[in-house]
Amino acid sequence: MNDTNLLEVRGLKMHFPTHQGFLWNRKKGYIYAVDGVDITIRKGETLGLVGESGCGKSTTLRAIAQLYKPTAGEVVLKGQELTKASKQELLAARKNMQVVFQDPYASLNPRMTTGSIISEPLRIFKQRGLLDMTDKEMDARAEQLMERVGLSRFFKNRYPHEFSGGQRQRIGIARALALKPELVLCDEPVSALDVSIQAQILNLFKDLQEEFGLTYLFIAHDLSVIQYISDRVAVMYLGVIVETAKSGELYKSPLHPYTQALLSAAPIPDPKIEKKRQRIILTGDVPSPDKARTGCYFYDRCSKRMDKCRDNLPRLKDSGPDHQVACFLYHEPD
Amino acid sequence: MTDDVILQVKDLKTYFKLDEGLLKAVDGVSFDLRKGETLGIVGESGSGKSVTNLAVMKLIPVPPGRIAGGEVLFRGKDILKMPDEEIRTIRGNKISMIFQDPMTSLNPFLRISTQMIETIVLHQGMSKKDAKDKSIEMLKLAGIPSPEKRIDNYPHQFSGGMRQRVMIAMALSCNPEVLIADEPTTALDVTIQAQILELIKDLTARLGTAVILITHSLGVVAGMCDNINVMYAGRIVERGTAEEIFGDPKHPYTQGLIKSVPRLDKATQQRLFSIKGQPPNVINLPDCCPFYPRCERALDICKIKYPAVTTLAKGRDVACWLYSEGK
Repeated sequence: MNDTNLLEVRGLKMHFPTHQGFLWNRKKGYIYAVDGVDITIRKGETLGLVGESGCGKSTTLRAIAQLYKPTAGEVVLKGQELTKASKQELLAARKNMQVVFQDPYASLNPRMTTGSIISEPLRIFKQRGLLDMTDKEMDARAEQLMERVGLSRFFKNRYPHEFSGGQRQRIGIARALALKPELVLCDEPVSALDVSIQAQILNLFKDLQEEFGLTYLFIAHDLSVIQYISDRVAVMYLGVIVETAKSGELYKSPLHPYTQALLSAAPIPDPKIEKKRQRIILTGDVPSPDKARTGCYFYDRCSKRMDKCRDNLPRLKDSGPDHQVACFLYHEPD
Repeated sequence: MTDDVILQVKDLKTYFKLDEGLLKAVDGVSFDLRKGETLGIVGESGSGKSVTNLAVMKLIPVPPGRIAGGEVLFRGKDILKMPDEEIRTIRGNKISMIFQDPMTSLNPFLRISTQMIETIVLHQGMSKKDAKDKSIEMLKLAGIPSPEKRIDNYPHQFSGGMRQRVMIAMALSCNPEVLIADEPTTALDVTIQAQILELIKDLTARLGTAVILITHSLGVVAGMCDNINVMYAGRIVERGTAEEIFGDPKHPYTQGLIKSVPRLDKATQQRLFSIKGQPPNVINLPDCCPFYPRCERALDICKIKYPAVTTLAKGRDVACWLYSEGK
């Protein structure tokens, strides 16, 4: 394994069974939420994961964090395979992998004070004998983290409801940083925030990355946010990754028809540009991920579909330096 | 010039009396809407954009709410002074609304046909059969495939984007003169958002409907609107055409807002500009400029008095002391 790669995800699948009936509960089928995802994240970089709702971004993140037990695939963090790790090993590994959640209202316990929310990871690790810290040191660490994310230390005895959305997200970030992780998984951390607050939090993420050498997996559905924060971007559609590229490269020369449509649909805050733009408007909605697929996942909505796309599954293949695409426009079926 | 003004809002004030104090959600908002115009109202959450438009339709719950003053003139008549029966002939007929979440604004127990026919029969006095034909025609216009069958479906049988199409078909079924769209695409994905915005633009242009588009997304207003009002803490702080607002913003808040959005077309590794601080709590707001604690160019007077509106050119107003010094 390449030692600059912090996280390697290979063939990750997450299928949720669906049931029918009440008394005689039968398995009816599966929701193929994540259907074979390969991700590599290098140390110190930010990988942006972008896609529409229901495409499996959040499920991917949760399966990486082992909050779900993946159906298949490997998640290798710093050379350690997490899907087969024991409970104790997993806990130790989580020291290096923390999550910031989307909804700052739902992800903080309303009965805990800010200080105890931020120091909770420390207390848990101490209880399990993985961390040697006195209560005083933990308090000091929580205070120091609060100051670092832009909250006054005098707020440590306040409860989450006393804070605004942006401030709560800062608390969530401080909690994620408490154990000094190397990898932070960010699940739409700025989607619930107002424009002016979003800019503050994005800047905070960038500053923290520089200061602590953090690596991010950053999920968002807003393309301009992803472009701003990421070094590399992976575009996801219906449980698979259809294109990955360097951030600037992807925006300059998107290859996959879905990426092209996604970029052209994103509004640009400039009326002069907007009035001249030609949009690729996709027809239809994202199909339900409840079928196993044999052809290209994007076949139903694609404007450039060919016969071979129906029966062959395109795989991610190199089409340039650091640019991979899963589309038969650029390579032939195997 | 005043002939083609359909809707005129003058110094509208809407207050809510809460335990914590008086919440001035909308505090003196004025704007004109002309025939065929698309007017954008932008602002962050809590800036009063939605309340403004609920007040225009007299839909504010009383109590705790109260329309504390102002006029809403629709074709010269004040909606706020009309008796309820008369308002009902306007609401949903001459002025209709679409909301952010189509699932909560459609009745989940009734078929789409029932809901659409009810509106049309009530306002247009058509027979049920004609109303059904009209509904099918509207659904077709709104891009619902095989509308003859889909019209008998329940709301949960549609996806989010499709539900919003149904809402638009329903809102436009009585040929309203004004369509108020309150964050119509916020709950939708970008590709669906593009479809819906295109649909609103296309249909309202064809039917000659004037649109008030309320949104927090600067990208959406840039593409859709002729004129833009920027709201902050219950008041309009700047207004102008879309080109003026984005090309030459005057108010420090507008300037900051535009700079703090990352741009797709201009890749940059530089830090994003961000407006410092938090949006104000509008409860018991003192009589100063509500933006001054976050403003980089605040003057002494900003802490004492709310700035008067300065008209820079026709239809180009800004409420900031930087432009009205010495007055």
